[in-house]
Amino acid sequence: MTLKQTLLVLAAAATAVIAPPAVAQDHSHDSPTPPAQKWSFSGPFGKFDQAQLQRGFKVYKEVCASCHSLSLVAFRNLAEPGGLGYSPAQAEAIAAEYKIQDGPNDAGEMFERPGRSADTFPKPFPNDNAARAANGGALPPDLSVIAKARTYERGFPWFIFDIFTQYQEQGPDYIHALMVGYEEAPQGFTLPPGAHYNKYFPGHALGMPQPLSDGQVTYEDGSPQTIDQYGKDVSAFLMWTAEPHMMARKRLGFQVMIFLLVLTGLLYFTKKKVWKQVELHPEQLREQRAPTEYRT
Amino acid sequence: MSGHSTYQPQSPFMKWMERRLPIAGLVHSSFVAYPTPRNLNYWWTFGGILSFMLGVQIITGIVLAMHYTPHATLAFNSVESIMRDVNYGWLLRYLHSNGASMFFIAVYIHMFRGMYYGSYKEPREVLWILGVILYLLMMATGFLGYTLPWGQMSFWGATVITNFFSAFPGIGEALVTWLWGGYSVGNPTLNRFFSLHYLLPFVIAGVVVLHVWALHVVGQNNPTGVEPKGDRDTVPFTPYATIKDGFFMSAFCIVFAWFVFYQPNFLGHADNYIPANPAVTPQHIVPEWYYLPFYAILRAIPNKLLGVIALFGSIVILAFLPWLDTSKVRSARYRPLFKQFFWVFFAVCIGLGWLGSKPAEGGYVIAARVLTFYYFAHFIIVLPLLGIFEKAKPLPNSISESVLKEGVPIGAPAPAPTTKV
Repeated sequence: MTLKQTLLVLAAAATAVIAPPAVAQDHSHDSPTPPAQKWSFSGPFGKFDQAQLQRGFKVYKEVCASCHSLSLVAFRNLAEPGGLGYSPAQAEAIAAEYKIQDGPNDAGEMFERPGRSADTFPKPFPNDNAARAANGGALPPDLSVIAKARTYERGFPWFIFDIFTQYQEQGPDYIHALMVGYEEAPQGFTLPPGAHYNKYFPGHALGMPQPLSDGQVTYEDGSPQTIDQYGKDVSAFLMWTAEPHMMARKRLGFQVMIFLLVLTGLLYFTKKKVWKQVELHPEQLREQRAPTEYRT
Repeated sequence: MSGHSTYQPQSPFMKWMERRLPIAGLVHSSFVAYPTPRNLNYWWTFGGILSFMLGVQIITGIVLAMHYTPHATLAFNSVESIMRDVNYGWLLRYLHSNGASMFFIAVYIHMFRGMYYGSYKEPREVLWILGVILYLLMMATGFLGYTLPWGQMSFWGATVITNFFSAFPGIGEALVTWLWGGYSVGNPTLNRFFSLHYLLPFVIAGVVVLHVWALHVVGQNNPTGVEPKGDRDTVPFTPYATIKDGFFMSAFCIVFAWFVFYQPNFLGHADNYIPANPAVTPQHIVPEWYYLPFYAILRAIPNKLLGVIALFGSIVILAFLPWLDTSKVRSARYRPLFKQFFWVFFAVCIGLGWLGSKPAEGGYVIAARVLTFYYFAHFIIVLPLLGIFEKAKPLPNSISESVLKEGVPIGAPAPAPTTKV
């Protein structure tokens, strides 16, 4: 059986097994699929849009940061290549807007000082219990890697296509959908007290009230000041916080791919040439092979 | 089919060395002059690919361990610090995490190739059993490693898997407490898992040496399943097998790099980017994809102890394959019925994998039970009976004859020489 035939059989076998038994209802599926957005960072040559990241950062700073921490991100990251494109001085200036608790000092006391670029974003609450107490019992999650920690199930056969299309923006798509997904609870849906109905949230009862409204954050670059745009921008920003080296990764990936394709091609033709000798000069093999006792 | 060393040291130093420690001669006879069947196809390159992947995992793993902190409160953030602050840390970590998946893809192809061509049959039983031991060690290493990032799936995966041992009658609870180093998965568990995760790859490397040793004693099987009868059936390992392995290894690296650079989180689970939280259970606890068929077998059986026994049994039964398959003919090429049953078995394994990723409810459980039954039936009923009732096609007299007859199989572009070599 040749490689090609075998692959065909594999594909057929996989389809035969996977396709028919649509047996059970998966209860997590009653949320609609978050609509796929256009992201500048998708695909093999995807790049973050600096202006969008800066807008998303503004949304985070003015809205999300009042409840959500970003504890893995340092101010210096804002000035790193492949990100928001701020200068080190700008990052330092942004850091200085924050008060950071430091200490203990020589007198053994904790004190507050202006942030430095080496500091990470300060948390809005001193601890998880304080965060819960201020938010009706719900803990606002840290947002540093949230864009990789949230997803929705793609299901067969989409997850196979995703390998080839490189679709992997479930996280940002979901976050955007969540931002625009607030609506009135449908008839007959009992919302627990303090919860808010969101059609994309699994189970629909979300502790977070609708965080964004049109015109809430002022954009200086003329981008539309809508929930939809805010949602896109903050999702892009959170993708960057989750994967700050993504652009370096994709750039290196392209170089590695070119190298491997050339190497594989050269090895293929070398292999062909070497094996030709078996055909043309089999007598030369005698010298190269160890004398062997064959079982008969 | 073992070869003798024909190594002739050239330089005075190598001559001096060869009389004291004939290591160059050993390498020469094992990887240069070693005769390998001339008709091996590309499915035979995965042994080399597996050695390569073991090397990749050990090297990236050693560097990662320099930056990782095995502590319940620090592990998650130390992995994130590798991703953010260590130079090329993201590359190391994605190579290592995707490398594990590539390692398993390669081992599954390697195992199914062995099954298809009957590579486990006399005289290769020990070679095969060493392979089953390697696979078990790989599973243990992979599981321990998945715990280390200390995300939600790490924590709950470790909880579910270690809970298997509580199924032991009588001593179960005490055994699990001993394994955990406490009354739940916690910091002592993470510490010992890290220690063992660092140890096991070197155990694997040791068993790989035995595996290769056994291979070089009995010689490689080949697509015809007919032993090489003379020099016309073989080619020297170098350059023929070396260049072929090198080419396919490079092609395999393209797939590897595709995931590492473009889809680094595709094979993982999003929940593992949520820090471990003993108070919150994920909606579906799912192991890594390479354990899914066994997870389906476990959950297909309503009794916990029997489920665990079935899970381990489904792997241990592989070790008995050389005796369960009663046919004297090795290769599926000459076994028309076995060939069909092989592909059914393959489809069943894929199906179990798919069911392992689904919640254990309703029709999924029924489907998993049917497929679990078939999985075991393949070994206990189908294979023993096939050997008795199947009428095999006539075998070629030799490899070179089959190469001539069937035209040009992959990897043997040359028809056999007509003159005796």
